[in-house]
Amino acid sequence: MSDETTISGPYTHAKSSISRTMGLVMLSLLPATLFGLYQFGWPAIFLFVTTIVACVAAEAFSLQLAGKPIKPFLMDGSAILTGWLLAMTLPPWAPWWIALVGALLAIIVAKQVFGGIGQNLFNPAMVARVALLISFPLEMTLFNQPVPLFSAQAPGFLESLAITFGSSDAIDAVSGATTLGHLKTELGRGVALPEASTTTASIWQQLWGQSSGSLGETSALLLLFGGLFLIYKKIITWHIPVSMLVTLALLASLFHLMSPENYVGPITHLFSGAAILCAFFIATDLVTSPVSIRGQILFGAGCGLLVFAIRTWAGYPEGVAFAVMLMNACTPLIDHYLKPRIYGRDRKGEPLVYADEGADIK
Amino acid sequence: MTTANILKLFKIRGGVHPDDRKKLSAEQAIEKLPMPSLLHIPLQQHIGAPAEPLVRRGDEVKKGQLLARNQGAISAPVHAPTSGRIMGVGGYPAHHPSGLSVRTITLKPDGKDDWLDNLEPCDNPDQLTPEEIADRVARAGIVGMGGATFPSAVKLNLRKRYTLHTLVINGAECEPYLTCDDRLMREQAMQVVEGVKLMARALDVDHVLFGIENNKPDAQAAIREAAKESDMITVVGLPTRYPMGSEKHLVQTLVGKETPARGLTADIGVVVHNVATARAVYDAIHLGRPLISRVMTVTGESIQTPKNVEVLIGTPLNNLVDYCGGFNAEPECLISGGPMMGQPLPSLRVPAIKGSNGLLALSGKENKATTEMPCIRCASCVNACPCGLVPLEMANHIRAGSLDSSVKLGLLDCIACGSCAYVCPSHIPLVQYFNYAKGELASRQRAQHKQKETKRLAEARTERMEKIKQAKREAMAKRKKEMAEKKKREAEKAAVAGAGS
Repeated sequence: MSDETTISGPYTHAKSSISRTMGLVMLSLLPATLFGLYQFGWPAIFLFVTTIVACVAAEAFSLQLAGKPIKPFLMDGSAILTGWLLAMTLPPWAPWWIALVGALLAIIVAKQVFGGIGQNLFNPAMVARVALLISFPLEMTLFNQPVPLFSAQAPGFLESLAITFGSSDAIDAVSGATTLGHLKTELGRGVALPEASTTTASIWQQLWGQSSGSLGETSALLLLFGGLFLIYKKIITWHIPVSMLVTLALLASLFHLMSPENYVGPITHLFSGAAILCAFFIATDLVTSPVSIRGQILFGAGCGLLVFAIRTWAGYPEGVAFAVMLMNACTPLIDHYLKPRIYGRDRKGEPLVYADEGADIK
Repeated sequence: MTTANILKLFKIRGGVHPDDRKKLSAEQAIEKLPMPSLLHIPLQQHIGAPAEPLVRRGDEVKKGQLLARNQGAISAPVHAPTSGRIMGVGGYPAHHPSGLSVRTITLKPDGKDDWLDNLEPCDNPDQLTPEEIADRVARAGIVGMGGATFPSAVKLNLRKRYTLHTLVINGAECEPYLTCDDRLMREQAMQVVEGVKLMARALDVDHVLFGIENNKPDAQAAIREAAKESDMITVVGLPTRYPMGSEKHLVQTLVGKETPARGLTADIGVVVHNVATARAVYDAIHLGRPLISRVMTVTGESIQTPKNVEVLIGTPLNNLVDYCGGFNAEPECLISGGPMMGQPLPSLRVPAIKGSNGLLALSGKENKATTEMPCIRCASCVNACPCGLVPLEMANHIRAGSLDSSVKLGLLDCIACGSCAYVCPSHIPLVQYFNYAKGELASRQRAQHKQKETKRLAEARTERMEKIKQAKREAMAKRKKEMAEKKKREAEKAAVAGAGS
């Protein structure tokens, strides 16, 4: 018998742990990730591996510095997941140092400085992405067309090494704007939408993911599949994804109906760019989203609203990272004001009073 | 009996679905434990004031004889579980995690098991008035046998202060592992139903809702069969979800109303009693037997043969383990009650008491020791909490030492069901935090009360002393005055005498 008999129960536990949670998130990211890696070839694979290795190394370094036990915290999988998510949002042929700087920003600045797992106010991957986008706008907006592994135009292994780790101009040959980026540029030049969208990827291509974009954001369908798996596994609830996507779709439909010439339609908003990735994997980040259901709905709606506003009126074609970070900043406030109603009390916290005290139930 | 299908159930928030592990002992019929060589009967086995002993060392007692009588309004008497000789009235380790010594009567059975019929069996219980039923229940020493151990007669008398309409019988048995109520309903359905009818009469209610979780279909069938003649009893199948057996949540599921915070279910016209309590009421009134035994489930992977046993109150728990074939391996922990809300046991020497429903010997596989990780704010605890609390935030405040703000967050509305800690992926012992805070708050309150009382007494004393001094001073002044007057008079007298001489 153990000596610690004074700890209160329960003396049984669900099969849950942080590493299981993180593992399931990674599992659900796997289809979209594999597709992204296949579609963008060896340079994407190098970038992906570099980001994760750098994140894990940065985590180990920080834990060592903080004097925390390294093994249990590294084994929880949170650093791998942060690296994974960051890599998903990088241009697939970005150079290695983008991955490295991003990893250091995510793990050290956005996570460990705040006190490590569970303590960070902002989503680490998004902090890194935003900082990279502002600091290195050129590298962070240079996207390339899909060149699937083993296809004719795909760079070979050695050439790919040069793209990621050396200085190769190979990307110039296949560079291509993202759908949202292209539409933004055309709208900026005064080209009407119906005309501008003739050259973008078809809806099917966007759904399946055969379009240019960040490493893991292109396949809306596979991301959606992974997201539904997470809801099924009860790692996340439907509230944030649904409220975010519905808000985004409603706003897009409204403006598109008012002026189809100037406003991108809801389908493009939902299925191109990082909307699906964000709704299921980034906005739902457990640490930085509200804990109550009403709070989560408000948080999701806020994300949807901000994504639409930034994409439509701000300078950037994509606004997911900014939107999530702005809402992250609101999370403590949302949690403070939107709490579940306590059993036997009204919303104000006063005990319930029944007008028909003790009356018959029928 | 009305059918259950027409009754609409109401949804409660939160809850968890732990592996119920009831198969270990569910098919074991109730067996009677052989007479132990010594019985240790604590004087306090209930909420309220401890009973006052009426026997002394060396006394010979009969089975069912009153050993200690109730003291005060909320209390319960204690009876001899068998005939024998009183070995002493003194301290013995309590059936409590602390294992502290409590006043206990030790009885050495003589093996004759002779009854003393001090409670008359009632030939026609239908003629009893509510007062008579409550009185007999009180005299039989019956307490809530689901584990709460609140004196049942006090609850039966609630009709005097509340307008009641429904009696709810709690046969949910939502704790994993435990099967004693299940077996009782299957094997003694008639007695249980008769007990229920008596309680309904005592409470003067017309409806009885008998809630049984759907993982006990045999118990549901047995009770339905036993209650088919009765129009007022409705057997209701409850969804299998922990904590369905929590009194307030059970009532909400059945009648759709939440009990107001800090209130009783009687506030919404409902009283809840446990299945085992119903059987005890039957025994007390139909047979004239006080509460001297109960059914317990002895189970867990470390127990050789898990069983349901009828044990005499006061039986040391190691007798139960021995009867079930002992341990097949050193257990990781010993629990009194279920694994969700049960209490760790300091040793097997402690006796079975009126509220003990289970003895669990869990293996290391069942109760793994895990390290606590930081909270990742996953909100699992928020979604699992049946009371609408935010456990992670409460724990944060308690960790930071601000207990008052945790109270504002609803600490005192927590029923300690353990759902939050059960689902926590970081394995944070949330219930431990809450129990600590509740205990700390209670002791602060006591300290504050003591301080106030001391201050009041000290002030009263000062006042009293002041008054005494004042009185003394006044008396002194009066005496002085009198002395002075006397002197004056004497002087005058002397002067007069001197003048006269």
